[in-house]
Amino acid sequence: MATLESKIPQGPLADKWTKHKNDIDLVNPANKRNIDVIVVGTGLAGGSAAATLAELGYNVKTFCYQDSPRRAHSIAAQGGINAAKNYQGDGDSVYRLFYDTVKGGDYRAREANVYRLAEVSANIIDQCVAQGVPFAREYGGLLDNRSFGGVLVSRTFYAKGQTGQQLLLGAYSAMNRQINRGKIKAYNRHEMLDLVLVDGKARGIIARDLVTGEIERHSAHAVVIASGGYGNVFFLSTNAMGSNVTAAWKIHKKGAHFANPCFTQIHPTCIPVSGDHQSKLTLMSESLRNDGRIWVPKKLEDAKAVREGKLKPTAIPEEDRDYYLERRYPSFGNLVPRDVASRAAKERCDAGYGVNATGEAVFLDFDAAIMRYGREKAITSGMKNASDAEVRKLGEEIIESKYGNLFQMYEKIVDENPYKTPMMIYPAVHYTMGGIWVDYNLMTTIPGCYAAGEANFSDHGANRLGASALMQGLADGYFVLPYTIGDYLSDDIRTGPISTDLPEFEKAEKNIKEQINSLINNNGTNSVDYYHKKLGKIMWNKCGMARNEQGLKEAMEEIRALREDFYKNVRVPGDENGKNSELEKALRVADFLELGELFAKDALHRNESCGGHFREEYQTEEGEALRDDENFKYVAAWEYKGEPKDAVLHKEDLVYENIELKTRSYK
Amino acid sequence: MKLKLKIWRQKNADSAGKIVDYDINNVSPDMSFLEMLDVLNEDLIAKGDDPVEFDHDCREGICGACSLQINGEPHGPDRGVTTCQLHMRKFKDGDTIYIEPFRAKAFPVVKDLIVDRSAFDRIQQAGGYISVNTSGNTIDANAIPINKHDADKAFDAATCIGCGACVAACKNASAMLFTSAKVSQFSLLPQGKVEATERVMNMVKQMDLEGFGNCTNTGACEVECPKGISLENIARLNREYLSASVKG
Repeated sequence: MATLESKIPQGPLADKWTKHKNDIDLVNPANKRNIDVIVVGTGLAGGSAAATLAELGYNVKTFCYQDSPRRAHSIAAQGGINAAKNYQGDGDSVYRLFYDTVKGGDYRAREANVYRLAEVSANIIDQCVAQGVPFAREYGGLLDNRSFGGVLVSRTFYAKGQTGQQLLLGAYSAMNRQINRGKIKAYNRHEMLDLVLVDGKARGIIARDLVTGEIERHSAHAVVIASGGYGNVFFLSTNAMGSNVTAAWKIHKKGAHFANPCFTQIHPTCIPVSGDHQSKLTLMSESLRNDGRIWVPKKLEDAKAVREGKLKPTAIPEEDRDYYLERRYPSFGNLVPRDVASRAAKERCDAGYGVNATGEAVFLDFDAAIMRYGREKAITSGMKNASDAEVRKLGEEIIESKYGNLFQMYEKIVDENPYKTPMMIYPAVHYTMGGIWVDYNLMTTIPGCYAAGEANFSDHGANRLGASALMQGLADGYFVLPYTIGDYLSDDIRTGPISTDLPEFEKAEKNIKEQINSLINNNGTNSVDYYHKKLGKIMWNKCGMARNEQGLKEAMEEIRALREDFYKNVRVPGDENGKNSELEKALRVADFLELGELFAKDALHRNESCGGHFREEYQTEEGEALRDDENFKYVAAWEYKGEPKDAVLHKEDLVYENIELKTRSYK
Repeated sequence: MKLKLKIWRQKNADSAGKIVDYDINNVSPDMSFLEMLDVLNEDLIAKGDDPVEFDHDCREGICGACSLQINGEPHGPDRGVTTCQLHMRKFKDGDTIYIEPFRAKAFPVVKDLIVDRSAFDRIQQAGGYISVNTSGNTIDANAIPINKHDADKAFDAATCIGCGACVAACKNASAMLFTSAKVSQFSLLPQGKVEATERVMNMVKQMDLEGFGNCTNTGACEVECPKGISLENIARLNREYLSASVKG
């Protein structure tokens, strides 16, 4: 059994990474040419890791299920990327970014990893600008910044509402350069279906060509998993339709511990669910909370009338509105962190104040901002006696210049004009802080198998701050993994190519073929989506924004029963030879049906509330999260033992030497 | 809403395809176009038929995976949106809708409505990058100020999602708008100017090799582009190409 050795270097926090880089073994350039590395996933973490590994001289193979690496879901990140550049001179520093991240994560992240992340963050911006990433700039030609929830400085770099797209295309271009040099071989429309271990080490994968249906064997000296998060276990999330846990779950089943699966981020500002046909949810960037005010009616009868379409929100007078975030958290107001904002919305809707037909929506109102900006603009344009209508028009223009693309996206989906009537929003699953357990080198509990980006658990604790996911993905891929992997690969310079004829490959391939065969020939009655939607409902109702012991126990039972039913009654049409999207979905949902149960088990064992994990039994009188540092100040890493319910817990105690543990308060 | 769908079905690249008729009921105006297809596919699976294959992923208009020629237009009748952002309220009860794959020699059909757009990747691999190592050993990000106007224009060009609508809209199936967007982004930035000559020559050469047609300035690509990539970029590519040709 693998044990948890975090391998955090000795010495003062600020020197650990530098010292570690000096201490680890290197592979000389001539030997790198004889070493193969597989990278699964081509988002920010996988794409940047593949490019850098190839540039260093390793032979890289990348795998992605999309038709091009450029379509990985990192592309959908909107708001921005944090970096401790302190260009604004507002007191930012590496330490402050480190502190904000650990505090924002509710003291459930590893100090040394977070500090390293903050330390390399500034360099990410340098790198991306050199690659031609067109960040927003000021008129003087220098880079612009904006601020995000849960922090008091402006450290977020951005490219309108499309920062993820621009950074991903930067990583994709770096990959393309290496593909052109022959150092990366890209396997697109391929899905990894298993990890192959030889003598206990990760030595390759089994992948399915999604166009021909062929099952392929690929060998390497190390395997990097950068396949993203598992938010789609909820069926409805802001993830892409194809985002899945399969690669991460397969390595878990081969010995990689899965850490803190219950730490999931539910983002407060998404477009609410409109009906049963809904296939995914759309995020409205957190940046909107800079100017939007969140409210519900004060009176229950008003809320009911709004739901029934009998009362317009704009007709509710100011004194009858409850700006509940401003009321509860006067110092951070509408800019409290995501977990806090989401729970507060749920609390109001559960109490009967929801404002759409389903009762699950709150208002995000720009009226005050429109009038405020309009008045400022009127004064600076010399319009002394501007009418309200004129002020409103000027204000709307300013809001449009800041958030135009988001307002347009909202209008296209909801068919309402958010300049005239408040937006309706509700929390939705967005990001998973939990993931594969890794040590300081980003290696999992399987030798030679690494995990990077959202797929690992390492940096965000129990709650991630806005604009930190892009930072972590690129930090792992460009600056951390390519160096730490050398320490392991330095032992492999004489190994030579790994044969795919080894019995281990044969066995793994046979297992996959059998699984596919049995799914195709199951001849059941229910579609894959039928099961996925049922799983999503269980997860949302019992493992969502608020959890309790009874609900979690029920969830474990229900998911197990659903899984059994899936294998008996699922129907996968078509055959395995060729493009078959239903088969692809079936293989992914099969893994979600196992992960979901482990998720509930993890949430059940953690008898405290922290970050995105809120247990109803553990709250203060005011309804705030009640953390228990005495008993739960650890990473819960689960070892696979067959059924998810039998997973064995390993604890990595979290040591805070440079930061004082406090109750997180945004009041 | 009730609709008549006429959908292109094709088993794989080697077999012939044809239009097949489907009736669909209970379509809500709030559904996206792809959610409407999800409902159709659930019906088909329940009946024991093979569902219709189509590319899609993010379903929020940014990944560029979704395509579809809807009533003859890439991404359908709405402007400035991808198919996944198109909503059924743009159609009327009783409408007949033709749904086909993007048509171009360089985009062979994989199955049903899915096409192979890897030609786009190969154009990017030929030069769509700045040759800088990703070690982070570069200059400070603010060391070279960039005129905001140029930076904004570079950004606008860089918002291309690589969906291929420009090719599908063009009577010549030209990939000029796609290629010019990347060439423009880099030619507008000081970091990209260093290898501008090689970049434009290599990318155009690859574009021609892939079998895309020539640009005859009809402007259809700009009209159908879901991201509003401007024809200005094609003019800029032509300028870059000309000056690169003169330099040799």
